Amino acid sequence: MDLLWTEDDERFRTELRAWIDQALPKLPPATKREDWDARRARDTTWQRMLYDAGYAGINWPADFGGRGAALSEQLVFYEEITKAGAPDVGVNFVGLLHAGPTIIAEATDEQRARHLPAILKGEEVWCQGFSEPSAGSDLASLRCRAVRDGDDYVISGQKIWTSFAQVSDYCELLVRTDPDAPKHKGITWLILPMDAPGVDVRPLRTVIGSSEFSELYLDDVRVPVANRVGAENDGWRVAMVTFSFERGTSLVSEMVEARRQLDELVKVAKVVTRGSATAWDDVGLRREIGHAAAELDALWNMVKRTVSEAARTGVPGVGASVVKLYYTELIQRIGDLALRVLDRASLSLDDVFEHSGHFVEERLRVLALTIAAGSSQIQRNIIGERILGLPR
Amino acid sequence: MDFTLTDDQVALQEGVRKLCEGRFPMERVRALADAGGVDRDLWRELADAGVFSLRLAEADGGAGLGTAEGALVFEELGRALVPGPLVWTHLAAGLVPGAAEGERVVGGLQRQEEPFLVEYPDAIDVLLAVDDDGVWEVDRSRLSARPVSWPLDPLTPAHVAGGLLRGERRGVPGDAARWRLEGAVLTGAYLLGMAAALTDMSVTYAKERQQFDKPIGSFQAIKHILADMFVRTEVARAAVYAAAVNLDEPALGPPGRAVAGAKLLAGEAATLNGKAATQVHGGMGFTWEVDVHLYLKRAWVLDTTFGTADDHADAVAGLLGS
Ligand SMILES: Cc1cc2nc3c(=O)[nH]c(=O)nc-3n(C[C@H](O)[C@H](O)[C@H](O)COP(=O)(O)OP(=O)(O)OC[C@H]3O[C@@H](n4cnc5c(N)ncnc54)[C@H](O)[C@@H]3O)c2cc1C
Repeated sequence: MDLLWTEDDERFRTELRAWIDQALPKLPPATKREDWDARRARDTTWQRMLYDAGYAGINWPADFGGRGAALSEQLVFYEEITKAGAPDVGVNFVGLLHAGPTIIAEATDEQRARHLPAILKGEEVWCQGFSEPSAGSDLASLRCRAVRDGDDYVISGQKIWTSFAQVSDYCELLVRTDPDAPKHKGITWLILPMDAPGVDVRPLRTVIGSSEFSELYLDDVRVPVANRVGAENDGWRVAMVTFSFERGTSLVSEMVEARRQLDELVKVAKVVTRGSATAWDDVGLRREIGHAAAELDALWNMVKRTVSEAARTGVPGVGASVVKLYYTELIQRIGDLALRVLDRASLSLDDVFEHSGHFVEERLRVLALTIAAGSSQIQRNIIGERILGLPR
Repeated sequence: MDFTLTDDQVALQEGVRKLCEGRFPMERVRALADAGGVDRDLWRELADAGVFSLRLAEADGGAGLGTAEGALVFEELGRALVPGPLVWTHLAAGLVPGAAEGERVVGGLQRQEEPFLVEYPDAIDVLLAVDDDGVWEVDRSRLSARPVSWPLDPLTPAHVAGGLLRGERRGVPGDAARWRLEGAVLTGAYLLGMAAALTDMSVTYAKERQQFDKPIGSFQAIKHILADMFVRTEVARAAVYAAAVNLDEPALGPPGRAVAGAKLLAGEAATLNGKAATQVHGGMGFTWEVDVHLYLKRAWVLDTTFGTADDHADAVAGLLGS
């Protein structure tokens, strides 16, 4: 067991930090809440800057335009990006974190050549069309129908909760191609161009008040058979590959950010007043913050363990589900602590004092984490059945 | 950075697990309650396996291994619920003659812990007290001691002691500070092993026990309790191993925060898993016959040694934002 970064890792960190320091000021400032086009422009500009500097697709194989970095370098990358306050994967989290990797693993050479460089250069933004109104946790019961017609599939149905659909160019879409087969056996994974005729995006309003996700109505949308990834009716298996990436990597930068936020919260607690003292003088509150910090430290080490296991064996260990379940519930408790520290300032999403609004917004945002990408209940089922071997 | 066990570490872990399975089956562990918690022959076998001398330099008769290896060994001892003042004797190896070889059984306590409950009073040869000024060998002849007729944990017999005297110095303040950190990590590792054992025994029971014509493990209410037991244990494992590595590797920075987090999370994993295991076992869980209570009681005992959960949460908080 070795937790020391290697000299290579440290050299990489120094280089990266120097690059971020000069690159970040060139990026346009953060955008207004509902200005999605500006948000896309900013996120893709940053992606292009990463690409030009050789930092795009940090964990993608070099053959596909990535950096092919060692797993430890990937952690260093996320640490430095987040510490510097540089943009996260942003609106293209689907393209960068799971559609891209799925294409690497499962697609044809033509599909790879068509999409992978474009994703890395910030030219293509992707969304995920998996969930439907009647197929959430029970995703395999999805109904969105695709019927073969010559060289096309003709698709009709509805998707829901499609994050960033309004700024996406492509969608990883799960459709039902064989309604008579058992539910896991009649699904196909397709690449849907969002500008195809018959695609209708209708934004939904989240608890934050913004329209981060949408409904997707598909009405006789024609998609070439050439856009299929994997075999017809083999889409469930491909979707599992997508999930392994989604659950494996998407929380890493989130977690680094959480550590930064917790430090920030402590700073706030040390200055907000409670009678003649500060919130930090409240022994109960302080103890709970200490407790949460210990848990977050442990989870970060758990990530290192998972990453190390993956580097050794090629597959992520039990870590991914454990980290997803524990982290998402922990970050909500940390959000509760933030509201307790802010006290009456928590009534406002505008800053009452420095960053106070951000904590309130975060408390709302993290409500989604125990639901999206496999709810906490589903994670517990997975751990119980697949890891502990309990009967269904 | 490679946070997986080396082949040597895996071999060590397996070796100690086999030793525990062979020499400390639960019937024998239970029987030790009548022997004051320690059987001299078994204690020497632990010593021969290197449990106490593991971290001493090879020149001093040890194996020259680190706290990481110590944690792996103590995790296995905890899994098997091996009783006795294992951590204290391990810490005393090299300072108290005979400790490393298993010739003398060394117990201990923190001087701040009033009232003073001396564990394993009939088994120990030497009683140490740790305070900010160092490590002291207590003169037990000058100690008033009232036996506890009914200890919480039948495998942790105790005396209530009065008028604790300092006695002879065995270690300097630096030793005391180091012992607190190492003691917390090794106790955390022991608790980690207990948490894992509780998960295993509960999962096994939930697969066997049938109600409503099904194994109770098929009910989500039970399945989710078991999933949480597993998750808690794995998170504690990351914390304990990381703290141990941190103690071995000065370049990783001061170990205080990692150590506090490790003892905190391992203690909670063991106590929460003890309570959960009782629930999963139903009425059986409330019997003397089923082992769950022995683990839960030990978890409560160990939560009071080398810092409580609250102490450690406060310690982490104290190191935040600084
Ligand atoms: C912010 C956000 C962004 C999202 N983005 C996307 C996206 O981009 N693309 C996409 O395809 N989807 C997306 N989703 C959808 C997400 O994957 C689903 O919400 C999730 O799978 C849960 O499905 P559901 O909402 O239908 O809830 P349901 O499945 O109806 O669940 C309701 C409740 O029942 C529980 N439950 C369900 N089944 C079981 C069971 N077997 N055992 C125990 N409890 C159970 C759940 O845990 C939950 O508490 C997003 C969701 C959110 C919140």
